[in-house]
Amino acid sequence: MKALAALLALFLLAFPLAPVFAGAQPEEDTYVAPLADPVLEARAKAMQKELRCLVCQGQSIDESNAPLAADLRRLIRQQIQAGQSDDQVKEFLVARYGAFVLMKPPVRTDTYILWFGPALLLIVGGLVIAATILRSRKRLASDPQPEDLDLPA
Amino acid sequence: MTGELGQLALCLALALSLVQAISGFVGASQNNIRLMAMGRGAALGSFVFIALAFFTLMFAYVTSDFSVLAVFQNSHTLKPLIYKISGVWGNHEGSMLLWILILGAYSAAIAMTQPGDGSEGTKLGARTLSVQALIAIAFIVFILLTSDPFERFYPPPFEGNGLNPLLQDPGLAFHPPLLYLGYVGLSAAFSFAAASLLESRNDAAWVRAARPFALMAWTALTLGIAAGSWWAYYTLGWGGFWFWDPVENASLMPWFVATALIHSMMATERTGAFKSWTLLLAITAFSFSLIGTFLVRSGVLNSVHAFANDPRRGFFILMILLVSITLPLILFAWRAPKLTPGAPFDVASRETGIMINNLLLTASAAITLTGTLYPLVLDAAEGIKITVGSPYYNATVVPLFVVLALIMPFGPIMLWRRGNLRAALYSLRFAGAAGLVVLLAVLAIVRPYSTLGVLAGGLGTWLIAGSITDLARRAGSWRRLFHLGAGAWSVALAHAGLGVVAFGVAGTGIWKSEGTEVLAPGKSMNVAAYELRLDSTERVQGPNYIADRANITVLTNGRPLTVIHPERRQYPVEQMTTSNSSIRTTVISDLYVVLSEPRDGGGWVVRAYVNPLAPFIWLGAVVMAFAGFIALGARIAARVRAARSAAAAGATEAAQ
Repeated sequence: MKALAALLALFLLAFPLAPVFAGAQPEEDTYVAPLADPVLEARAKAMQKELRCLVCQGQSIDESNAPLAADLRRLIRQQIQAGQSDDQVKEFLVARYGAFVLMKPPVRTDTYILWFGPALLLIVGGLVIAATILRSRKRLASDPQPEDLDLPA
Repeated sequence: MTGELGQLALCLALALSLVQAISGFVGASQNNIRLMAMGRGAALGSFVFIALAFFTLMFAYVTSDFSVLAVFQNSHTLKPLIYKISGVWGNHEGSMLLWILILGAYSAAIAMTQPGDGSEGTKLGARTLSVQALIAIAFIVFILLTSDPFERFYPPPFEGNGLNPLLQDPGLAFHPPLLYLGYVGLSAAFSFAAASLLESRNDAAWVRAARPFALMAWTALTLGIAAGSWWAYYTLGWGGFWFWDPVENASLMPWFVATALIHSMMATERTGAFKSWTLLLAITAFSFSLIGTFLVRSGVLNSVHAFANDPRRGFFILMILLVSITLPLILFAWRAPKLTPGAPFDVASRETGIMINNLLLTASAAITLTGTLYPLVLDAAEGIKITVGSPYYNATVVPLFVVLALIMPFGPIMLWRRGNLRAALYSLRFAGAAGLVVLLAVLAIVRPYSTLGVLAGGLGTWLIAGSITDLARRAGSWRRLFHLGAGAWSVALAHAGLGVVAFGVAGTGIWKSEGTEVLAPGKSMNVAAYELRLDSTERVQGPNYIADRANITVLTNGRPLTVIHPERRQYPVEQMTTSNSSIRTTVISDLYVVLSEPRDGGGWVVRAYVNPLAPFIWLGAVVMAFAGFIALGARIAARVRAARSAAAAGATEAAQ
């Protein structure tokens, strides 16, 4: 985590470095004026949940008191106000902070295990279940008198 | 003096654990009843000495004995008494001591409940206690060598460093002990499984013996996770209840596997099915507990939970982890192929349902493990940083739970071995219709649209209605409803409890409203149907903090409803500021108000949330845990009855 902190310090030279846990900052300004247009504000609100508060413990900037989170909340509003699309805003932030800023990892070769691992797991598990049932049915055929093992009502 | 007493007690507990380990193994292999009895006695003695060490440390905290390093680092004379007591485990050293205290308690419970008459059960129990002792030895040595809670330092200062204010909360009294009761309780299932493998047994005796402990662990884990989630909810000040934070994941993974385990155990005990899989799950469940301990305690994950970042400690726990996972797995690979299959079953059967349950739950655990560890691996190997946050888990684990919820009501309705899918579908027609109606109603009414909200609403209804269907089907009439066995009730309540949780998820997902405004005294803001008027703020002096307290009047339709007092506390010793939110709950809905920082131009930043149905999330978990207690209570009652009738008949326990 020390390496992470050092890296963040590099990233965030422009920002005051906050303690690592949210809710613990002495000097902050967490109020971000909402955009006048409710449609744009809703977009900003939705995007907040997709972006990571870089100095917090896995929280999004939607749920953090850290000054950096408030700064990013302001930043995305400025960009949306300036007519940028959601993807453009995200691209801008990824260029600035790396994919680390995205709460949902992008689909890349080095994240295949995250995105395709679960499906593979379910397929293999499903095959094992199917094989188990088939084997069991074969034995069941030669066992014509199954006792009733259910709990008496 | 007390510190040294604690250290001595730990050393004696270590010595007794060695006796426990050796006498159990040797006694069982020589069929020596006395030696095995000595193992049981050693387990009780070891527990007594660990408890002595624990209370010695607690005494040092309560009396603010700052010559003990851990007390100096984590306590303060002005800290309220409850936090002096719960602060014992609010740090690395003390929490490890709590860990082995609970391990000792489970070992003592095993020693007291397993037979001592020289039957097969006596040997299984003796070997189980030996395995428990090996775990205890590893952790006591870990504590003595790397995490001595009694370490002295000189000269003792007059004042301590205080405790992290985030931990100065009643939550600290409940969350860690419950969680550890769950984590560590899985050691019992692990030890029984290892003992059964050591004896090369083919029967389900170990499952019968281990099930009450597994149920206890699952119940405590359920409550512990819920307590942690509730604590995060009211402390972090954002109204969220689950963040998929790595440390939260560390507690959720053992819960996934423990849930799979208690289901798989049911099948193995009942029909002998999945013998080897249940053994593997018991080993895996405790391995996940150890992985959780490693992740949280080693400092690999930095958070409020990672009290110490000492690489030596992480390395030691990693070694314990590797040995206690590999050795049983080698044993498993060697012995499992010799196990014979249990009673065969058809496609439509409860066994199939349990297999799907187990696949979905273990896959959830595996996905969560990958999501938690892969960013660390990628960073260490390639220096590439990625985040795996809640949107990832919403896209991977949550869909598995949707499928799980879909099949859950079928489980209790299907018969073992040969069920009838068509009959089950027919029984569940009303439950299905109810779920569908709610799903469509939510879909039609609610804007903005929320996929998770719609699904959770429908599935929650389906689960609860499914449980009612199962109870009704078993009882047949109202009169017989309360004569149903504890088994039927606990299954129905556990499944319905998840449905209640789903309602909470749906409510907060669909109807949550929030607002943040800068309020000068006298000004108001609106959130949902509430108007919040900031009347005034005042300085108040707490025992070890100074707070700005807001007096906010809550109005509905212009009429005052109540006055709430969110606070912003400054802890001078720890140099931290915390926001203590104020929550006004009607059980149906929470009004959640946070006083944030003051603004230069006057006024305060006030954040408010209305979280409909949020209390259902924890209520559902309590219902699930209650179901666990019913099942556990029924097992204990049955044992007591059996022992009584055996005694009355003058028969030996072996006869039954």
